[in-house]
Amino acid sequence: MYLDYAATTPVDKQVVEAMAPFWFENFGNTMSLHYFGREAKKALEKAREEIAGAIGAKPEEIIFTSSATESNNTVLRGIKAKHIIISSIEHACIKETAEWLEGQGVKITRVPVDKFGRVNPEDVEKAITKDTGLVSIIHASNEIGTIEPIGEIGKICRTHNVLFHTDAAQTFGKISIDVKKMNIDLLTASSHKIYGPKGAALLFVKQGVKINPFLRGGGQEFGLRSSTVNLPAIVGFAKATRIAKEEMEKEAARQIKLRDKIIEEVLKIKESYLTGDPKNRLPNNASFYFSFIEGESIILQLDLAGIATSTGSACSSLKLEPSHVLLATGLKPEQAHGSLRVSLGRFTSEEEIDYFLSVLPGIIEKLRKISPYGK
Amino acid sequence: MENNFYTEKVIEHFQNPHNYGKIDNASGTGKVGNVVCGDVMYLYIKVNKDEVIEYIKFETYGCAAAIATSSIVTDLVKGKTIKEALKIDSKKVVESLGGLPIIKTHCSLLAVDALVEAIRDYLEKKKKEVPKEIEKKHEILKKQREEIEQRYGSQ
Repeated sequence: MYLDYAATTPVDKQVVEAMAPFWFENFGNTMSLHYFGREAKKALEKAREEIAGAIGAKPEEIIFTSSATESNNTVLRGIKAKHIIISSIEHACIKETAEWLEGQGVKITRVPVDKFGRVNPEDVEKAITKDTGLVSIIHASNEIGTIEPIGEIGKICRTHNVLFHTDAAQTFGKISIDVKKMNIDLLTASSHKIYGPKGAALLFVKQGVKINPFLRGGGQEFGLRSSTVNLPAIVGFAKATRIAKEEMEKEAARQIKLRDKIIEEVLKIKESYLTGDPKNRLPNNASFYFSFIEGESIILQLDLAGIATSTGSACSSLKLEPSHVLLATGLKPEQAHGSLRVSLGRFTSEEEIDYFLSVLPGIIEKLRKISPYGK
Repeated sequence: MENNFYTEKVIEHFQNPHNYGKIDNASGTGKVGNVVCGDVMYLYIKVNKDEVIEYIKFETYGCAAAIATSSIVTDLVKGKTIKEALKIDSKKVVESLGGLPIIKTHCSLLAVDALVEAIRDYLEKKKKEVPKEIEKKHEILKKQREEIEQRYGSQ
């Protein structure tokens, strides 16, 4: 049973069906002038229109890429800025790229978050200088689910005439986004988080924004992303976007109900704590930490019980460091080690949640019996 | 790329750890690791007059590898003399588990450190001579602990 939808999602059957003609029949290269090329190009532009519509953008403002990581790298490296402002809870692909840019002489400011993981828009405003060329703030945290005040930050950036980017990998298709109303200049989203295939993502670039391409070559995607386009995946991405948009309201309400049931029940376990914002959080994210025990042990015990979840513990990471997101919210390393993230999705049922809730307390108790702490 | 998954043996010990808990009036106790780093092991030994480790128990805070290495060390040590127990090294621990992901090798070192510390504690309590090597190791561990406490505050 899968409760790790924030990591990735299964592809919706309707998406698989929509992709089917693009492997063998409609396989053309969008750059070819012949029939096959024209058919491919038509499908590509239809997909672009569909996806642009979902965030209130114009089709020519959407560039298809291979992943959210690529989109985020393109923004940070492609906007030539002397000073960039990010938050302290960005995804690794922003965090690491910013660190690399720092080594190249770019000044990076990391605005802090409060204990709920919220960025204060005033902090962003204070950090803006005459050299600031870009502000990039994650729309919602992949780890703790906190939704950031993107609209307010966008307004501040517009007032100061600074470009504003948001990584919407966790929010696109889940909560509504309007790039105009939110004053967003650049936005990243990904297909595989919304029941589309892996290998397709987007970068929204507002008309008039100058950005250097990351990949140069044949000039696809308005010259901003050369590469033969991955049409089957993009068609799938568009179909996934359509379904997500149609089901957004109903699905969010359903997931919030399940999420809140999880939060209410898990917090009945002694020494368990919610991470992230109790109110402004993704409909599908329930994240916690448990005192006296370690997260990798929790997720492996859950795995042995047939439940897939995730943790920000050091032991589960390749670097053996606890999650920078949890530390940024003020948790101590030993608290971050005991973290558990449960993320729900379209195919999560109440029965599954009940099973998870019946298994978890026993696992926590078992690990605490083995632990030298908390007795 | 090396395999990052656990062997069946590791999972077996993780799911049903042997000899966990505390020994009251232990002959020796070894406490190693730090909660800040995510691994802590307490090892308790009860030694009889023939210097045989009759009982051994552990309490561990940490990942599956930390729990499994603690469990296997208790199996390896139980019924052995002090002298025999001191021959157990991290290689033996890893082998007994059918391997460990490279990134988790430090857990096997930690388990052996806990054992050596418990034996040292026993020898000291009995006012017996502590071999130089063990004393040296003890000093290193003590220094490491102090450094971590200085960096993160004591637990």
